[in-house]
Amino acid sequence: MGGSRKISYCKAINEALIQEMERDPRVFTYGIGVPDHKRIFGSTDGLVERFGPERCFDTPLSEDAMTGFGLGAAINGLRPIHVHMRVDFMLLAMNQLANMVSSYRYASAGELSVPMVIRAIIGRGWGQSFQHSKTMHSCFAHIPGLRVVMPTTPAEAKGMLIASIREDSPVIFIEHRWLYYAEDEVPEEPFTLPLEKAAVLRPGKDITIVATSWMNIEALEAADILNKRHGVSAEIVNARAIAPLDDGVIVDSARKTGHCIVADNDWLHCGFSAEIAARVSEKCFGSLKSPVSRIGFAPAPCPCTRPLENCFYPSAVNIIKTAEKTLKLKEADLSEEVFYSYEHKFKGPF
Amino acid sequence: MDKLNLELYKKLYLVRRAEEEIIKCYFDDEMKTPMHMSMGEEAIAVGICHALKDDDQVFGTYRSHAIYLAKTGDVEDFFAEIYGKDTALLKGKGGSMHLCSPDNGFMGSSAIVASAIPVAVGAAFANKMAGNGRIVTVFFGDGAIDEGVFWESLNAACLWKLPVIFVCEDNELAVHTPKSLRHGYRSISSIVADFNCRVFKEESTDVETIYRLAEKAIGAVRGSGGPCFLDLRYYRYLEHVGVSEDFKSGYRSREEFEKWRKKDPVEQQRKKLIKKRIKEEELDKIEDGIAERLINSMKAAQSAPFPGAGEIEKEVL
Repeated sequence: MGGSRKISYCKAINEALIQEMERDPRVFTYGIGVPDHKRIFGSTDGLVERFGPERCFDTPLSEDAMTGFGLGAAINGLRPIHVHMRVDFMLLAMNQLANMVSSYRYASAGELSVPMVIRAIIGRGWGQSFQHSKTMHSCFAHIPGLRVVMPTTPAEAKGMLIASIREDSPVIFIEHRWLYYAEDEVPEEPFTLPLEKAAVLRPGKDITIVATSWMNIEALEAADILNKRHGVSAEIVNARAIAPLDDGVIVDSARKTGHCIVADNDWLHCGFSAEIAARVSEKCFGSLKSPVSRIGFAPAPCPCTRPLENCFYPSAVNIIKTAEKTLKLKEADLSEEVFYSYEHKFKGPF
Repeated sequence: MDKLNLELYKKLYLVRRAEEEIIKCYFDDEMKTPMHMSMGEEAIAVGICHALKDDDQVFGTYRSHAIYLAKTGDVEDFFAEIYGKDTALLKGKGGSMHLCSPDNGFMGSSAIVASAIPVAVGAAFANKMAGNGRIVTVFFGDGAIDEGVFWESLNAACLWKLPVIFVCEDNELAVHTPKSLRHGYRSISSIVADFNCRVFKEESTDVETIYRLAEKAIGAVRGSGGPCFLDLRYYRYLEHVGVSEDFKSGYRSREEFEKWRKKDPVEQQRKKLIKKRIKEEELDKIEDGIAERLINSMKAAQSAPFPGAGEIEKEVL
């Protein structure tokens, strides 16, 4: 039996791909730039050497057709993994996603299944501007027939990707570019994690912070400061499953703490944060001591310049301030605190 | 006796008569599904599907009655589906525009113009990987040529030499908009010929001609492994959606229809058989047999139960 060791999120994705492609010859990985020298930020390293150009290949710049192509291959017995360097490019394939992929199983009374994974990378910062910075999980999650997941930790990246590849329905697998550097313990052997359940990332008792993707990192930082400055014990629930969503873990946490903040890596209006707020309000009404509040992107296209970009993205500071307001605490002076800045790791270009 | 032409005629008659039966009942308003009728295109659907093997696969559009009936040989499930009944494969979830019978090689039909084309290309890729020798044929109208995804799909199929036949059923209309208002080029065939793709063009409504052409295209695909493009002309007899004529609406003339009507694929094939000395009584008997099956299955569909409410969330994921 293999043990576990510390590897990066990127390496965890790569390992999941290699192990699944080894295990199942029906699995193939394709998309723009998949086998090129950059290897999708390193996540497809070694695939073309190991599995050859028939199972790991580049494509024309035809996102819509290539999505339909994956669907056709999937209903005919293969298990495609389609990769997009930015989720924004997937919008070119919205017809295939919303009109075809999502309904094909329904449209065949279950005779045909669509074991297809669509990996999409989301970005943030370094002047990405408004066409390289979206998340879109709420839009995808709105459509019945699509699974949407957003792993945050390296172990989730591996376990949820393997589960997605083995799943017989289409999964949109959203990876945050900044998480690629995160390192943590990940089992060497293949393993799966559930695709419909949230997980407690940091246990606590005073307030629940439901976070998606990178916002979990901001929430961890906020939780440390809330504890240090106010003695508040925040519970972070990592909403790694977006659709379908078993909200049990989220509801249990909100019932326990009586307070809930949703920190979503997205705009708020009609978004996943609204869905969580609605479910928590419906299911925990009697236990809530304050209204559910939400944190997300500013309601604007993402601007390029750093001062405005900083206003666009929510951070640990927003979470701390919202928690203080929710718990009726005096605002702490945060001027001495050091917050995450991508400059520590990232020099660009993307 | 000319067995091939008789077999082709049986399928033509089945398709035409099935739609005539639909027209008879449509105004009862029990078939609550938007009908896009195949009348006029029967030679293309029958000619090509007859040339395909049973395990070859086809994809269609919202105008797929003829293709579905010609490929699958099914009638009972078809009527049950358009009546929205529990006895149909899709239990009425699809209706007239979304027919599906994978066991018979009918892999689905889409009501978004051109959207099944890339799916067919992916299905062909899987067949090539499996080395199973199956050919995928995808049918679409000339309106689909206007869509970007057609070109994306054609390019990929040519690039990767995939065993797929693209069939453009050209009726010169996208809903009601003629090609002259849509196309900034002279000939689709000459553009496609610049791809690594064999192109066949035909204006005939003779089913045997289409069948021979399909055999040639299938041979080319099996030989080279790469795709073919069939540019086939026909005339849509009825309105875009619905079961009526629409010559009074002004966008096309009855004269044009009459010109095509003279070479109606079904009647033409019947005359050909009589010329080949098949007795008219024999044809009458065959037609009666087909009609009986159609009428019985339609009655069965009418009296079948609707699906229960529990069906709605089944097979979503």
